[in-house]
Amino acid sequence: MLIVVCIKQVPDTTQVQIDPVTNTLVREGIPFIVNPYDTHALEEALRLKDRFGYRVAALSMGPPNAEATLKKALALGVDRAILLSDRVFGGADTLATSNVLAAAIRKLHDEFDRVGLVLCGKQTIDGDTAQVGPGIASRLNFRQLTLVDRIVNLDSVGRKIRVSRKLEGRHEIVETPLPAMLTVVRELNRPRYPKVPLRLAAAEATVEVWNNQVLKLDEQNIGLKGSPTWVSKIFSPERAKGEILGDGIAEPAAATRMLIDRLLSKDLLAL
Amino acid sequence: MTPNPTIFIPLLVISLSIFAWGCWRRLSLVTVGTGEERFDNPGRRAGEMLRYAFGQKRVVARPFGVNHAVIFWSFLVLLIANGEFVLHGVFPAVALEKLSAGIYHPLALLLDVVSLLALVAVCVAAVRRVASPPYPEARTVEAFAILGLIAILMLASFGINGSRIAGGELAGARSWLPVSGLVASWITASSAPLYYLASWWVHAIALLLFMAYLPNSKHLHILTAIPNCFFRRLEQPNTQPREEFAPGNEFGAARVDRLSWKDLLDSLSCTECGRCQNVCPAAITGKPLNPRGVIHDIKVNLLENGPLLKKGENPSRPLIGEGEGSCTEETLWSCTTCGACMEACPVFIEHVSKIVQMRRNLVEAEARFPEELLNLFENMEGRSNPWGIAPTERTKWSSTLEVKPFEAGKTEYLFYVGCAGSFDSRNKHVTVALAQLLNRAGISWGILGKDEKCCGDSVRRLGNEFVFDRMARENVALFRERGVTKVITQCPHCFSTLKNDYRQFGLELEVIHHSELLRDLVRDGRLAPDTSAAAFGATVFHDSCYLGRHNDVYDAPREVIRASTGTAPAEMERSRDNAFCCGAGGGRMWMEEHAGTRINLARVEEALQQNPDTICVSCPYCMTMIEDGLKDVKAENVRVRDLAEVLAEAVLREKSA
Repeated sequence: MLIVVCIKQVPDTTQVQIDPVTNTLVREGIPFIVNPYDTHALEEALRLKDRFGYRVAALSMGPPNAEATLKKALALGVDRAILLSDRVFGGADTLATSNVLAAAIRKLHDEFDRVGLVLCGKQTIDGDTAQVGPGIASRLNFRQLTLVDRIVNLDSVGRKIRVSRKLEGRHEIVETPLPAMLTVVRELNRPRYPKVPLRLAAAEATVEVWNNQVLKLDEQNIGLKGSPTWVSKIFSPERAKGEILGDGIAEPAAATRMLIDRLLSKDLLAL
Repeated sequence: MTPNPTIFIPLLVISLSIFAWGCWRRLSLVTVGTGEERFDNPGRRAGEMLRYAFGQKRVVARPFGVNHAVIFWSFLVLLIANGEFVLHGVFPAVALEKLSAGIYHPLALLLDVVSLLALVAVCVAAVRRVASPPYPEARTVEAFAILGLIAILMLASFGINGSRIAGGELAGARSWLPVSGLVASWITASSAPLYYLASWWVHAIALLLFMAYLPNSKHLHILTAIPNCFFRRLEQPNTQPREEFAPGNEFGAARVDRLSWKDLLDSLSCTECGRCQNVCPAAITGKPLNPRGVIHDIKVNLLENGPLLKKGENPSRPLIGEGEGSCTEETLWSCTTCGACMEACPVFIEHVSKIVQMRRNLVEAEARFPEELLNLFENMEGRSNPWGIAPTERTKWSSTLEVKPFEAGKTEYLFYVGCAGSFDSRNKHVTVALAQLLNRAGISWGILGKDEKCCGDSVRRLGNEFVFDRMARENVALFRERGVTKVITQCPHCFSTLKNDYRQFGLELEVIHHSELLRDLVRDGRLAPDTSAAAFGATVFHDSCYLGRHNDVYDAPREVIRASTGTAPAEMERSRDNAFCCGAGGGRMWMEEHAGTRINLARVEEALQQNPDTICVSCPYCMTMIEDGLKDVKAENVRVRDLAEVLAEAVLREKSA
């Protein structure tokens, strides 16, 4: 059985700035990271690999430099890493993205190994839509279990999976036959740290790149053309510059008093 | 009245064979270790060996060290007597007294008196081991057996000479063999031959036993300690060797043959004196780490696995694991890399590098480490600081000041602020104080701002050499690109890493810690502290390990404090090279402290014994640890100040006056 993990390269949001003129992300000099939720999906797949010996493939759709993200997956121990990259994939919304990812998963299923499980992070920290995972499940006609915080049981003989879903104020235990698509939350696990020998091997490895000549998708369903939604404006909320009140080292009591007064005057504190 | 060579020679051959075999068996095991250059600079090495091995400089620095020095020098002097004894046993015609009286009489007097000194010293050693041993487990049968054997050798030598005098030989000997002469007065002339024969054979058997026993016991140190001082690390011993990151390489040490030959020689040079464990902050506060134990386990592991490894077979006992001969993971993670053990070791055993080598294996090959470190490692890799704060926030401390970016040619010094100085809210005050002082003194300085990266100290000491290697190379490239040559640091960890570790990456920088720079500025009159301005009350100074022990800067911070307050800071019981760590070094800053009592509390309680109003520090980690400790013991009336803050108070107050 093959487990497919979908991962995305995202800008490190703590360092992201938005160009006030163009309303777009300033990408120059911003480091990219693996979408944090996806690292938990990756970890869970690798744990299932360690336990049951399944194979794991990592998929990512993105520009050529997203190769770095897949190399990180290789360093953690995935068996295959495939970058879905083509100009015609660009500008995709969540629908077009899930079309491309689903096509790649179908291809892996047909030509490599039977796909039993697709794992995704619950959402990305840049788009925050949480739509791509469910979109993939719909395109593939897989069962979908979102917000998974624990895999209770994976029965590979009976081909079913039982998981715990983390909902607001409660947990839900659900079971479904395989194949299934899971989106996962951070509570699921603690991602492992890459071992140096694997990192070195990953650095030497080449990431497979599949473009649309490989996937052969109708251009009306992918990229900008296949995207019914556009982002019309993006902006960061205004934030006034901070201010240092008093001297907290020399006169902590006075500084605290000043802070309390300020909070009271702004109606941010009630006594 | 001569001994019988036909009996003595075969016994001597047996003893020498066991001695030689024992030496070969053990010493040849060091060849299973990895290579390491320790033959450079032989002149300086010989000097160090003379000073520390023959001069016993470190030995005498602690209680009972003089006693050891007496035994050591007695041994060397008595080599003459024992050489004569063996030669005489083989060739009865050979005897010292055949030398001219002008040489023989003073020599005999020396040997006689030295034998008495040695006897007294081993008695003192035996009493000490019973009454107040260095550590309770030091009362071993082996220890008493060897002391007893030495005592027997001395007594027998008096017996030999005394019975000869009593028997009428060596006329007039009482003046140049006073001790033996005293013994002679207890022996009658008629019983002298019997006493002689008995003494001679007791001496012979004791000597031969001693020789056979020596290389097969911890007393092998008699042979290895001297070369161990010769091969000591000449540079700072807390700068670990680099690793090469190529596919197929092994990382760190999980097997004894992954340690260097010098590491293995260290293990054979340890006498288990226990000085390291008596200064180790981890051992003292009840952590599973005992530096003596680490060296002992390496030795046990080597003795067991070395013969297998020499034959190309697999080792039978892991280096990291449970039981004697293996170091537990908890042991390895307990080390603060403060270096107190290495400073205390009379024979320059390098404990910390071995611990870091084993940590490297756990982190790099196994990815196994306390879970708190996962965030640290990821933050370091992702954002080049321990907290994972956005690099753009590095300059927030400077919001109240006009701070220039560093530009080669326009600014002289790079002020390398460091992560704590940039992000930690308490330590940002130190940064501001230092910046104000630099401006007041007219120093030309600038910062790298958001481009500054962490120096990587914590990850290196934690054994994550892979990440450190990358961080160091990035920093070296950045410094070269910006033309940085002179660096001011406020953190001793940045200081030591930039100064000592980056040299391994080909970057020679002039790095100055702010304590030294501020001292110089005060000396030169560029900063004029008004000692009446500051109200710090009684001060006590806490040494940072990375400034003190690892870089020998002890006086500069004290001078700055004295210049600021008018009086020298009080000294804690353990200070300077014997100072007690705050508990945050070696990456311990980022780890929980579960076992035993807290190291920072032990240090804070020691500081409070001096009844200070202000505890002065020179390191951001110490600042955090001491402040936390004071809160825990509810001594909130005591302040903690970096010496830059102390000086700033004394210098900048005059402005308002």
